[in-house]
Amino acid sequence: MNNDLDTHNQPLAIKAIGLVKRFGKHRAVDGIDLAIPQGIVYGFLGPNGAGKTTTMKMLATLLKPDEGSAQVMGHDLLKEPDAVRTRVSLTGQFASVDEDLNGIENLILIARLMGYSSRIAKKRASELLDAFGLQDAAKRQVKKYSGGMRRRLDIAASMIIRPDLLFLDEPTTGLDPRSRNQIWDIVRALVTTGTTVLLTTQYLDEADQLADRIAVIDHGKIIAEGTSGELKASVGSGVLHVRLLDPSTRAQAQQLLSDALGTPVRLSSDPAALAAQLAGTKAASKALAALDANQIEVSEFSLGQPSLDEVFLTLTGKPAENEEQKEGAKS
Amino acid sequence: MSEEQSMAKMRAALVEQERPPRPNGIATSLTFAWRALLKIKYVPEQLLDVTFFPVMFTLMFTYLFGGALAGSTSQYLQFLIPGILVQTVVFTTVYTGVSLNDDISKGTFDRFRSLPIWSPSPLVGALIADTVRYTIASIIVIVLGLILGFRPAGTILEIIAGIILVLIFAFSLSWIFTVIGLILQTSKAVMGISMTLLFPVTFASNIFVDPATMPGWLRATVNANPVSMLTTAVRGLMGGRVAFTEIIWVLIASAVLILIFSPITMYLYRNKR
Repeated sequence: MNNDLDTHNQPLAIKAIGLVKRFGKHRAVDGIDLAIPQGIVYGFLGPNGAGKTTTMKMLATLLKPDEGSAQVMGHDLLKEPDAVRTRVSLTGQFASVDEDLNGIENLILIARLMGYSSRIAKKRASELLDAFGLQDAAKRQVKKYSGGMRRRLDIAASMIIRPDLLFLDEPTTGLDPRSRNQIWDIVRALVTTGTTVLLTTQYLDEADQLADRIAVIDHGKIIAEGTSGELKASVGSGVLHVRLLDPSTRAQAQQLLSDALGTPVRLSSDPAALAAQLAGTKAASKALAALDANQIEVSEFSLGQPSLDEVFLTLTGKPAENEEQKEGAKS
Repeated sequence: MSEEQSMAKMRAALVEQERPPRPNGIATSLTFAWRALLKIKYVPEQLLDVTFFPVMFTLMFTYLFGGALAGSTSQYLQFLIPGILVQTVVFTTVYTGVSLNDDISKGTFDRFRSLPIWSPSPLVGALIADTVRYTIASIIVIVLGLILGFRPAGTILEIIAGIILVLIFAFSLSWIFTVIGLILQTSKAVMGISMTLLFPVTFASNIFVDPATMPGWLRATVNANPVSMLTTAVRGLMGGRVAFTEIIWVLIASAVLILIFSPITMYLYRNKR
């Protein structure tokens, strides 16, 4: 590993030291340090209310940090917010397009605000609609768009002038798999053109697919950082899920599995199901053989990648909790 | 279209764009005004408050109270029309706060705030568009008044000056509602609080009645009310007797409103979560 070398020699898209944001007594962001190299996709992974969006909003100049400092694309966040704004674009968690207007009007609006003449703004707007597969919906009110179309329009609006750094806040939350794949393709295409992407997500799968590096955030702190491979290695090679034919045999099965695997076995909410961490895949067949030898019948089993819950369980010792309700309505 | 073709198209659209010179605050404000006016095309109902309400108020006050208050409805019209113009436009300013609150809750403003533009321009643009709405309301009141029998003694220019004075005051007053719109959580709450504020301010004025018969303390309050001064100024302009003192007071009140409430609005806007 040559992390130190990387951060010292490559130009950084974001360098942050000790960012803190308080909302009343609640420390939404509680001391975050970042060193994000240019030209990569960087993922913030964490449950709702972990502080991902708040951190992103600070880096996009929408919120002033209470403590700490940051440089975004070489500009000081506090001293040169306007210089930062010329280098970044933001696609917010709640679609940041105007749903009362139609697709092309939304893009013309942003292009005009960037300073383009009316004629060039129109040209650029239709060019982007075409590239993002929205040409047929150009004259349709955004209210009537599907979630995926809205997201694509939202990203297109951020691309009027391609930014050096794009903030994407939960780009695929609530999308169907096909729309999600389209967004993933867009992000991949974007990075090849040289834009650095910082995205937040609740899905390990998404971070795994897209992000070159991932920061796992919980309670306003980074609790782990690295490539997805490094994070998975820290969680173990996977999880064995077993569903029994007869729920009454679960206690015995739990004992047998933990003896065979040497790792703790969790009881799932399904009364017939259990799950256990695996040190290696070979252990799985041994564990299943142990069940068989004791006449415990298995209806299903699967070997899964660790889920976000499991990453959290390993990193924090407790499951990822949804803190949205606790934190109250965000405005 | 194949996957590769569409990807190639996407990459072509994402090549480095030449950045045009940064637009000034007036240009961006006007662009935001254009955005607000475009919405009327999609939601024409939002003109209801500037069309239906003025008509309703004028007819209601003229025919229900006019005879009793001024002896005859036609006499009351001469007194009422400048006042109802003030009342209509002042009430319309509430919608500035309501629509700002709606807009912000939808997340569109997050993008606006992250753009390299003069930061008050989304708000100033919205207020410019609202001024267009106030103008529509003013014209409706005056035209309806003329149809019903309002016969102003002032010249056309004086009548226009009266309308412009109302617009200046309304633009300034709107900044109070942008503050309320930014503080409260829902647009319903904005509506409720704003109406609660506006009712006493407009009714404890000389819009509907001459304050001469009021008890002394109330008369003093009514006369000090900027809405009364505006009404007197507009009556003067439309009646051909220009009331310079009141006009100057209205301009001072407008300047004070902007000086106090626009910085508060901007502070709240910049620090909105």
